[in-house]
Amino acid sequence: MCTIRLENVTKMFGELAVIPGIDLQINDGEFVVFVGPSGCGKSTLLRLIAGLEDISGGAILLNGEDVSSLPPAKRGLSMVFQSYALYPHMTVHGNIAFPLKMAGMDKAEIDKKVMAAAKVLNLTEYLKRKPRNLSGGQRQRVAIGRAIVREPSAFLFDEPLSNLDAALRVNMRLEITELHQQLGTTMVYVTHDQVEAMTMADKIVVLNRGNVEQVGSPMDLYRDPANLFVAGFIGSPRMNFVDGGNAARLGATTIGIRPEHIGLDREKGLWRGVIGVSEHLGSDTFLHVHVEDVGTITARTGGEWTLRHGETVFLTPDPDKVHRFDESGRSMARAITPDLGALPRHVNGAPASGAPLQ
Amino acid sequence: MARTVSTRRRLAFTALAWTIALALFFPILWTFLTSFKSEGAAIANPPSFLFFDWTLENYHEVQERSNYFHHMWNSVVISFGSTFLGLLIAVPAAWAMAFSPTKNTKNILMWMLSTKMLPPVGVLVPIYLLFRDWALLDTLAGLVLVLTMVNLPIIVWMLYTYFKEIPGDILEAARMDGASLGQEILYVLTPMAVPGIASTCLLNVILAWNEAFWTLNLTAAKAAPLTAFIASYSSPEGLFWAKLSAASTMAIAPILILGWFSQRQLVRGLTFGAVK
Ligand SMILES: Nc1ncnc2c1ncn2[C@@H]1O[C@H](COP(=O)(O)OP(=O)(O)OP(=O)(O)O)[C@@H](O)[C@H]1O
Ligand SMILES: [Mg+2]
Repeated sequence: MCTIRLENVTKMFGELAVIPGIDLQINDGEFVVFVGPSGCGKSTLLRLIAGLEDISGGAILLNGEDVSSLPPAKRGLSMVFQSYALYPHMTVHGNIAFPLKMAGMDKAEIDKKVMAAAKVLNLTEYLKRKPRNLSGGQRQRVAIGRAIVREPSAFLFDEPLSNLDAALRVNMRLEITELHQQLGTTMVYVTHDQVEAMTMADKIVVLNRGNVEQVGSPMDLYRDPANLFVAGFIGSPRMNFVDGGNAARLGATTIGIRPEHIGLDREKGLWRGVIGVSEHLGSDTFLHVHVEDVGTITARTGGEWTLRHGETVFLTPDPDKVHRFDESGRSMARAITPDLGALPRHVNGAPASGAPLQ
Repeated sequence: MARTVSTRRRLAFTALAWTIALALFFPILWTFLTSFKSEGAAIANPPSFLFFDWTLENYHEVQERSNYFHHMWNSVVISFGSTFLGLLIAVPAAWAMAFSPTKNTKNILMWMLSTKMLPPVGVLVPIYLLFRDWALLDTLAGLVLVLTMVNLPIIVWMLYTYFKEIPGDILEAARMDGASLGQEILYVLTPMAVPGIASTCLLNVILAWNEAFWTLNLTAAKAAPLTAFIASYSSPEGLFWAKLSAASTMAIAPILILGWFSQRQLVRGLTFGAVK
């Protein structure tokens, strides 16, 4: 059982305020993902919670108790590092047993727990090996094993999957999610990969330059991003942003449309564009379309799409899904369906209002 | 990955390597051989390489004239003593510099190294005077002290580079796993640092063993180590090549044997991190 609460936590490195001040509540049993671009302070925030770094101001509360000045060992949290940080001179067994040994548990009990953890993580046959003789995925599992044996009140993960290849990453992602479902322990997970964030999190915390941009469930962030930053960060491929006249006509400084919310047509539509690159993923096709006065728009379509480079296509955003942002980048109410009729309409071959040619 | 090298090239390089190695080794071999010659045979021209009357007389005389074991004991005391004392200071220092550096750490390291750029003779007079006033001249304690100071920058640098190689993550993992500072040092850091510490020790023992400037200038007889013992045979009374050779052979033998037995360790330590 573990709730984590950050109250106006700040962190300075010399003159540099890496975390200018964060308030955050993490509930018991939640899977919380910190996501943000490189250098935004995700690791720093996690290390502050772990106690590996001292806070410069504010307070960190575990289960309501202020632990700000406790050393890491006293906080009862486990951490999995990006580099795995296994002890190179110890066997897999020694690595997993280490936290129990430090806790002064007796040998028989340690063995029992190590065996149990090894079984869960499919490591039984590697117990006698040294970490250098393991593959990346196996090392990662050992690191997780070392974290789970001592039954911590919460797990902290710092980009644990970023050193694995793509296929393994997907596997481990599932394994960690499964582990969370089994244990029901609070987990805080740092990543810069928004796909990991979307698929694993109960709650996503989007960070930018040490500030929390938005906190919410993956679908909340996807549907209602609070600002341009979150809108651009969550969702893949990235949301299209259009400013200038097209946005102004809808009463916004910038409008955002997700690639999957754009209708494609060969004959008619709101915007006429020329296809640049098209990326075929099999299940999906991403079209990068150059639209005059609007810019390059990425559109996503299901299945195969036979249009090729240089061909003309018409794009029509789904009016219910157009995001509007004001001049400071904040999201504006989306309740009223924007009147797309306000935008100039094109059909094949001719600009607006002209008679259709085909 | 194995690179393919043509046989001729390989032969040429092998021959070159052997030539250089032999050229470097030859003086030592010659010293060794000369130590078994009579003084007459030692200066004979042309010299004979292997076919002379082998004799142990030089060794006998050298031991007779100056007590070899006395000097050897002094060498052992000052080289191991200064290494031990040096480690006592350098391990915590290198530790602090590697694991909690400040913005001046690099400067301090450079400053320490810069003390090695000054020729030792530049500080001979002040040190000699201090030693005289503190009654440290010709004492083992004094030599241990001065050799510790002389080699400290090298020990700190070596240990610092070894400690730097140890990923901070691993120490942090130990902290997360509930290890106290003592346990972290005992169970995690030390086992990982042992090869580095061992090779630092060995190198320092060798450096101290062979150190001649301070040992010659600060000793007379009582505390004189093997370096002074050798030097006493190149005396103004005339050169006794055979006896000088015997003394040299006896002086380098212990350290050579130590080096031979620990060379694996030394090589591993010196390339630690480079090969991973
Ligand atoms: N020990 C330190 N001293 C000074 N600055 C630091 C230190 N650690 C981190 N920083 C700075 O703090 C900022 C945040 O670093 P942090 O490692 O938390 O980023 P991150 O979000 O984890 O990035 P990444 O995705 O690349 O891991 C960076 O600008 C970094 O340069
Ligand atoms: Mg990071």
